[in-house]
Amino acid sequence: MTDSKYFTTTKKGEIFELKAELNSDKKEKKKEAVKKVIASMTVGKDVSALFPDVVNCMQTDNLELKKLVYLYLMNYAKSQPDMAIMAVNTFVKDCEDSNPLIRALAVRTMGCIRVDKITEYLCEPLRKCLKDEDPYVRKTAAVCVAKLHDINAQLVEDQGFLDLLRDLLSDSNPMVVANAVAAISEIMDASPNAASVLEMNSGTINKLLTALNECTEWGQVFILDSISNYTPKDEREAQSICERVTPRLAHANAAVVLSAVKVVMKLMEMLDTGGDYVTSLVKKLAPPLVTLLSAEPEIQYVALRNINLIVQKRSEILKNEMKVFFVKYNDPIYVKLEKLDIMIRLTSQSNIAQVLAELKEYATEVDVDFVRKSVRAIGRCAIKVEPAAERCVSTLLDLIQTKVNYVVQEAIVVIKDIFRKYPNKYESIIATLCENLDTLDEPEARASMIWIIGEYAERIDNADELLESFLEGFQDENTQVQLQLLTAIVKLFLKRPTDTQELVQQVLSLSTQDSDNPDLRDRGYIYWRLLSTDPAAAKEVVLAEKPLISEETDLIEPTLLDELICHISSLASVYHKPPNAFVEGRGGLRKVLPPKSEQAEGLVEELGAQEPTAAPPQPTVIPGADSLIGDLLDMDMGSGPSMMQQQMYPAQPAAPTPAGGSGGMDIFGEGLDNLLGGGSTGGDMLGGLGDIFGMPQTQSYVPPQEVWLPASKGKGLEITGTFARKNNQINMELTFTNKAMQPMSGFAVQFNKNSFGLMPAQVINIRTPLPPNQSASTSLPLNTQGPIQKMEPLTILQVAIKNNIDVFYMSTHVPLHVLFMEDGEMDKKIFLATWKDIPSPNEVQYTINNVPHNADTVSSKLRNNNVFTIAKRNVEGQDMLYQSLKLTNGIWILAELKIQPSNPSFVLSLKARAVDVYEAVKQVYENILHN
Amino acid sequence: MIHSLFIINNTGDVFMEKHWKSVIHKSICDYFFEAQTKAGSPEDISPIIATPHHYLINIYRNQLYYVAVVTTEVPPLFVIEFLHRVVDVFEDYFQGCSESILKEHYVIVYELLDEMLDNGFPLAMEANILKELIKPPNFLRTITDTITGKTTGVSATLPTGQLSNVPWRRTGVKYTNNEAYFDVIEEVDAIIDKSGSTVTAEIQGYIDCMVKLSGMPDLTLTFVNPRFLDDVSFHPCIRFKRWETEKILSFVPPDGNFRLLSYHIGSNNMVAIPVYLKHNIFYREGSAGRFDVTVSQKTTMGKTVENLVLECPFPKAVLNVTLTPNQGKYTFDPVTKVMTWEVGRLETTRSPNIKGTINLQTGSPVPESNPTLSLQFTISTLAISGLKVNRLDMYGEKYKPFKGVKYLTKAGKFQVRT
Repeated sequence: MTDSKYFTTTKKGEIFELKAELNSDKKEKKKEAVKKVIASMTVGKDVSALFPDVVNCMQTDNLELKKLVYLYLMNYAKSQPDMAIMAVNTFVKDCEDSNPLIRALAVRTMGCIRVDKITEYLCEPLRKCLKDEDPYVRKTAAVCVAKLHDINAQLVEDQGFLDLLRDLLSDSNPMVVANAVAAISEIMDASPNAASVLEMNSGTINKLLTALNECTEWGQVFILDSISNYTPKDEREAQSICERVTPRLAHANAAVVLSAVKVVMKLMEMLDTGGDYVTSLVKKLAPPLVTLLSAEPEIQYVALRNINLIVQKRSEILKNEMKVFFVKYNDPIYVKLEKLDIMIRLTSQSNIAQVLAELKEYATEVDVDFVRKSVRAIGRCAIKVEPAAERCVSTLLDLIQTKVNYVVQEAIVVIKDIFRKYPNKYESIIATLCENLDTLDEPEARASMIWIIGEYAERIDNADELLESFLEGFQDENTQVQLQLLTAIVKLFLKRPTDTQELVQQVLSLSTQDSDNPDLRDRGYIYWRLLSTDPAAAKEVVLAEKPLISEETDLIEPTLLDELICHISSLASVYHKPPNAFVEGRGGLRKVLPPKSEQAEGLVEELGAQEPTAAPPQPTVIPGADSLIGDLLDMDMGSGPSMMQQQMYPAQPAAPTPAGGSGGMDIFGEGLDNLLGGGSTGGDMLGGLGDIFGMPQTQSYVPPQEVWLPASKGKGLEITGTFARKNNQINMELTFTNKAMQPMSGFAVQFNKNSFGLMPAQVINIRTPLPPNQSASTSLPLNTQGPIQKMEPLTILQVAIKNNIDVFYMSTHVPLHVLFMEDGEMDKKIFLATWKDIPSPNEVQYTINNVPHNADTVSSKLRNNNVFTIAKRNVEGQDMLYQSLKLTNGIWILAELKIQPSNPSFVLSLKARAVDVYEAVKQVYENILHN
Repeated sequence: MIHSLFIINNTGDVFMEKHWKSVIHKSICDYFFEAQTKAGSPEDISPIIATPHHYLINIYRNQLYYVAVVTTEVPPLFVIEFLHRVVDVFEDYFQGCSESILKEHYVIVYELLDEMLDNGFPLAMEANILKELIKPPNFLRTITDTITGKTTGVSATLPTGQLSNVPWRRTGVKYTNNEAYFDVIEEVDAIIDKSGSTVTAEIQGYIDCMVKLSGMPDLTLTFVNPRFLDDVSFHPCIRFKRWETEKILSFVPPDGNFRLLSYHIGSNNMVAIPVYLKHNIFYREGSAGRFDVTVSQKTTMGKTVENLVLECPFPKAVLNVTLTPNQGKYTFDPVTKVMTWEVGRLETTRSPNIKGTINLQTGSPVPESNPTLSLQFTISTLAISGLKVNRLDMYGEKYKPFKGVKYLTKAGKFQVRT
């Protein structure tokens, strides 16, 4: 007797037949009918029409039938709220049943029916069940609180369920404790308000640790995750928690193991680094991590992503375990790539020979992605382990000899990095590289090769011919290659001016006159100017000595790493992003590692309150930190991932190449001044030069600077400014003008709490002292991790500026579009569903007059500002654009733009869950469309 | 926590869906299908797929994809372990887990999934608890049910294990023959390089048990050489404290089949390699290449290597192979290009050999590198690490059980580069 019979139906009137059977007098027939209904439901057929008939079967003594009806109810109650009320009485009665199984089932099912009217009736039974004598009922009720919170958070808080839930943490039954913990963590995730009520203290932690030994493996995961959120008050407590958690490292369930690893990794921060206990913990951590790698590939993948973080934080843990990361040929590709990454991180002088032999083996495999990454890894080894560089280079040369196209290209890209790390050491191989010139068809490889030729132009006899050969197809090249070619030829010219004049003129005219690309054009003009005004200066700028690149590329920035360590075992650890960067609706809660115990006392409270630290530490790992100008001028390809990091974490300034003669070259205004004027700053470089050179980017709308602080109020300091979004980064563009009689210095900026948590991401960089009657501009990168307070109007940002004279306050308006995220493109289906889902009272219409553009220009203009056109429809001659955008705080806004040809007035309809933002969004549309 | 589960077959049908919170439309699976088309093979789909609003965490088992949907920050391993458990429970219930079997037992599958999670939180995951709540389908029961007219498969009482502190064992177990068998199984994972030297070798060991003992027995298991077990994962039933202090495994066993512990002996220890390959493989453009492989016994502590199978995945450029083995037989799959040589028993007296020619497809370039051979074999009555059980004692019950320990060594991921 199998269930497949429930699918065999007669050709017509299936629903009708079922209806008849459901209303049958015979119990057996009824049950069979309900089973048929459930079977149809599981495959996604719509059987909601049978709702009243199924609900009629609910009052029964037969538990199986009851369960089946409950299953049905959970699925369809939402679509039939009025009908669902019919079931309430039975639920309430079942909650009083003598059988605990039935009580639990009733309260559990009620929680799953997401209908307001049912929820009202749920409160009383739930309160009773939370104090039920039977632990099975209590544990089910605990979860039910979380369900109810999801439906109606306010109700849960008002009715005091949170306190009841907290009481369950002291329950005598460990299973009840585990479920209460699970419910609490879900509630805390969803609403930060609840966090204060449910905060952990050492007493509750103790209870959790006791329950840990006795509850199920799943409960252990919840408890361990909860413990990881607690910051012990001193080193002793941290150590005692560690002692009680370490046995979990030997659990068969991988989730338990990794959660235990998280707790230990976090608490280790508080312990004395040199101490014996830490040494023993480090020893204990390696075996469980290695064991995870012998599990199923999915588990391996998650483990590897986490190990990647762990070895960056504490490489000593796995330093002797290199071999477990060696790749087996039938590992899934996602495991292979991760293993490779960790191998590089663990590479040291002692194991380089083994690693290199392995990498060479991998480079001959079939999978192209894997082979590429292996070749790249060889280059990274060369950069990391200096004594092995020579072996790595010869391995790369061997690989180039294979003539396999993508291997050759990848090898050339990494050899370029090796040249940067060890200049003037391996030029002998240039000849071999040049042999492969014709086979290069990927932009990055071409650009790398061109860079090598330009850099070593004086040693390559036919450098001019080689570069000339690239010049033929100049227009068809990728921008990256064009920029590189331009720079390389200028370098060549500066090194061998006599016979390359023609070439340099050709490239300058190609890039300035025949190109539509502003980056290329601007760079061309700059070189042209430089060369024609002051060739000596040009030489100093273009041929400036490049800072060395650092050993480790693509390390995670330390503050982010510390945050991710707190998220080991979670999705954040798999994506290597903090959760607020990708989980919707997650508040500003950020986790931080506990401080070393010495300072613990004072800081705990602060950390407990989850206040983000006021001044984030300066990023320190960026390899190119002090090579910005080098990068801008001739390293567009950056060194792999490090370039991305630079954009995400703008680097501290370095004194760029000093050069004379800033006068008379005002064609580029600020930008060029900064380039040549000396003493300019990193912020400037990113803001100003970033635009002119390199860094291809879309042109987002930047409102003109306006006066924020008039000189009369600023004791002679005038500040004009605006906001801009560049390279995923919000910048505050400021110009300071000194209209007083004395120089100004000691500038600092602070923001008041604001609606979007904006705060400066670094200290302001400005040339000081600022002499009288001079101005200086800077671009201050901002992040959105600051304290949040809703402002009226929403976009107001109060700024305090300090200098050696006084502190000044000014109020600015943040144009909302700088807060639009790059990932604001919603999937079509989701867009449709969300549009429907948002109630129509939330829809507001605006008219935007006098727009001089057509639909396509409008959509591309908006696209440049991260307003994404999801779909375009033409209805009766008018264009309808459907658009989505996402704010930094995760709010989605959907828009519909109605455009009639020959009518310059557009109709904009906005829909979002938070209506407060509409006014600001509309303002953005107006500004962008009128621009 | 876990929001929904979709089960998808190889042809892309979402044939089963279960939602523990609100209903998510199955169009969410489109993101999965997108990842599927990008991946080279079913095994290569990334286990975690991000979509704009959800995360899809999936596993691939028995030609089926189990795709869990989550919306919040959850531990992915938690979800993966849950999915593994779902498959285990299905297999336990239905003796298999194919699409047709699941479809056959639709309602039970749905009831099970509903019982396993509540609001996405694990509710009852232990097979023995589930079995008390929802009876597994079984031929005998069907007959008795039809006769007695009682067809409920759902228990009306609360399972006993649900709240006890030994949730893995139900009370009131009774057997006429009380027996406990322990299988010590070790898998050798190794990579051997071209020249025959060991790149890495490690042992994944586990002890699988079949315990059918009445009442509430309390067992202790001791080893002659417990020092081998320094990297272990235990079943929750094992008392960790006693292991730490006395190196004794003390536990109240679950009823039936279960894995007591697994252990790992890493490449930092010496791991014996039981077999040795001599090989000579090369391709030639235009004419036939050569394939010549000889297997011989290496370190086996006097035991015999059995069920030896050698697999050679040739690159796509290979058209076919013509080989002659002096022992066993070979097959060549023209679609996957995998040559499988079933050698059988490895006698000490002579070394099995297979040789012949490799023919390339006309016009294909000569492959860059030689294939990596993988080996399977078993050696019975041997745990290659040398681990040995000392004795098994039972407390808490009066009867005398029948006890047995068996050792077995197998090849795990045993690969030889050529």
